Amino acid sequence: MNYERIKEKLEILADAAKYDVSCSSSGSKRANKNGGLGNSNGTGICHSYTEDGRCVSLLKILLTNHCIFDCAYCVTRKSNDIKRAAFTVQEVVDLTINFYRRNYIEGLFLSSGIFKNPDTTMERLIRVAKKLREEESFNGYIHLKSIPGASDELMKEAGLYADRLSVNIEIPTKEGLKLLAPDKDHKDFIQPMKAVKSNIEIYQSEKRLIKNTPIYAPAGQSTQMIVGATGESDKDIMYSAHFFYEKFKMKRVYYSGYIPVADDKRLPSIGTAVPVIRENRLYQTDWLLRFYGFNIKELLNEDQPNLDMDIDPKLNWALRNLHLFPLDINRCSKEMLSRIPGVGMKSVRKIINARRYRKLNWEHLKKIGIALNRSKYFITCDSTYFEKKDLTPLQLKNKILQESSSKYSTHLNNQLTLFS
Amino acid sequence: MILVYDDTFDGLLSAIFDSYLYKLDSVEIRSVRVYQPEIFNETQEVITDEIKVKRLQKKLLQLFGISGLNKIFKAFLSESQDVENLLFYIIKTSISNNKSILNDAANDIVLSFDKLVKKVHREKHRMEAFVRFHLIEGDIYYANIEPDFNVLPLISKHFKSRYADQKWIIYDLKRSYGIFYDLKTVKEITIDLTTQNKKGIYNTIQTGQGDKNLLTTKQLKENNYTNLWNQYFKSTNIESRKNLKLHIQHVPKRYWKYLSEKV
Repeated sequence: MNYERIKEKLEILADAAKYDVSCSSSGSKRANKNGGLGNSNGTGICHSYTEDGRCVSLLKILLTNHCIFDCAYCVTRKSNDIKRAAFTVQEVVDLTINFYRRNYIEGLFLSSGIFKNPDTTMERLIRVAKKLREEESFNGYIHLKSIPGASDELMKEAGLYADRLSVNIEIPTKEGLKLLAPDKDHKDFIQPMKAVKSNIEIYQSEKRLIKNTPIYAPAGQSTQMIVGATGESDKDIMYSAHFFYEKFKMKRVYYSGYIPVADDKRLPSIGTAVPVIRENRLYQTDWLLRFYGFNIKELLNEDQPNLDMDIDPKLNWALRNLHLFPLDINRCSKEMLSRIPGVGMKSVRKIINARRYRKLNWEHLKKIGIALNRSKYFITCDSTYFEKKDLTPLQLKNKILQESSSKYSTHLNNQLTLFS
Repeated sequence: MILVYDDTFDGLLSAIFDSYLYKLDSVEIRSVRVYQPEIFNETQEVITDEIKVKRLQKKLLQLFGISGLNKIFKAFLSESQDVENLLFYIIKTSISNNKSILNDAANDIVLSFDKLVKKVHREKHRMEAFVRFHLIEGDIYYANIEPDFNVLPLISKHFKSRYADQKWIIYDLKRSYGIFYDLKTVKEITIDLTTQNKKGIYNTIQTGQGDKNLLTTKQLKENNYTNLWNQYFKSTNIESRKNLKLHIQHVPKRYWKYLSEKV
């Protein structure tokens, strides 16, 4: 192995792959039953964290950053004057195995620029995964990118070796895509998702009848959207996300604040701050939809097309629905407990368990660990003391903001000065 | 009455069993690791007895279920001061109520128990993440760790099923013992580090530095992988999103010593 050369390739191709925010290695179940190398047991492991605070769980690289497309938002676009490189199949296999054996990673996340045509690219990605599984008896996690435009047959094969497949939709609206990636067709993104979704269903139903049916993409599919590149609203983004969750049974949708990589008048200029707060609010909304039983229309609609950046979306919802509160913490249902601002799902479980032993008062709730700074205005408990309920939503919001300090205060101040 | 046990989990269970067997009142349980004789308190040494352990375990399983019992074991591994009596209290109260008190999240004792379990569990998970193997002589993948708690018994299963086809050693330098997987089973081992040090293994493998002249080709190749990993770590970072506070929260500085990307 030519160490210096590999190091240079790694530098270029890891750097080009880093804009894919997903690094999750969870959700798959692959036992090490052939006495080979590795397993994945459902919960992922972050083996390190970069200085931007993101988890490093997989070896996330591009096979090559040569690309025939010219998408304005992408750093590897054809017209960009950058160093190009390509790994051989064997080089990726060796790196993965050697990193894995040293407990650096949970597995491989392999993506690629599109060289020649989509099928050639997809076929090469599959060869890496196949070699890892069949020649190296590797049972670790493999995440492959579905290349837009790849044929259904190749997508079927990919799922037999990969744990997760993903196509990044990148631009949430069709109009935006037309503007920024004129040579890409919306349909090309959807087709591989459809193929994978139907294969997952076929293999799952076969598995129920025939036990030795091979597993197909056990960690499902995911996708990613860029936030803040095309002036889309939060409603546009979350309704798209909702569409992918419903229609394609996505395991995850990722939201990636746009990091300017080009001087292009269609896009925010280089040096524009990454919209991290907005990203955070979108993830909070995503969680409310998936785990807290919220309906998308309750959070975003015609009257409310954007999220409030000052407060979290659950608090925002509660302020618009004050008539439902206060709730008695000792009596109310699990569904309503999970709708109280400042109460997370873990706290919901703890409250339900603890109230079997005794009636809970403020002291108990504090110990359990719920965020009383927000929740106290929305609940009653085993106590004669409670907050006055005659405030208007706006008064209440200001009161809560005054009494708490946001971890984003520096960001918020910056944004204020930008707009004034 | 003070019961002194041998610092093992089975020893603790035997001690608790004895307190019931001999109907002892106001018992305190202490590990031989920290025990100091007291003048006004009667002391009795507990002999670890497999039959007693099995019988108590059966009762505990029935009360707490397997997940509850695992929690109790985790709390025990925290080695925190007086954890024995915390566990003793929880077990005693649950037995007399004939119902586990572990779900009573608003109970102070349960709260401090939960905190211990959480800390140990987090440390276990961190060690599964932060162990960095180095390939040394004898085709053994070797890693040093210094965890806050005694987590080797908790992580052994994970590494055994994951790295089934390679020999490995994870060595806890703080507690001076390690676990060694020889392609069949995992055994506890102790290494005489002073003589090993002379061979240069433990010096060079930790940081990839050491005396370059002493390095064999194998070690040089090994350092290449470390460097490739460091390169990857650097290249995958997004400078414009830098958030060191979050970074350090995830990777506290005390672990950096054994993480080549942070050295």
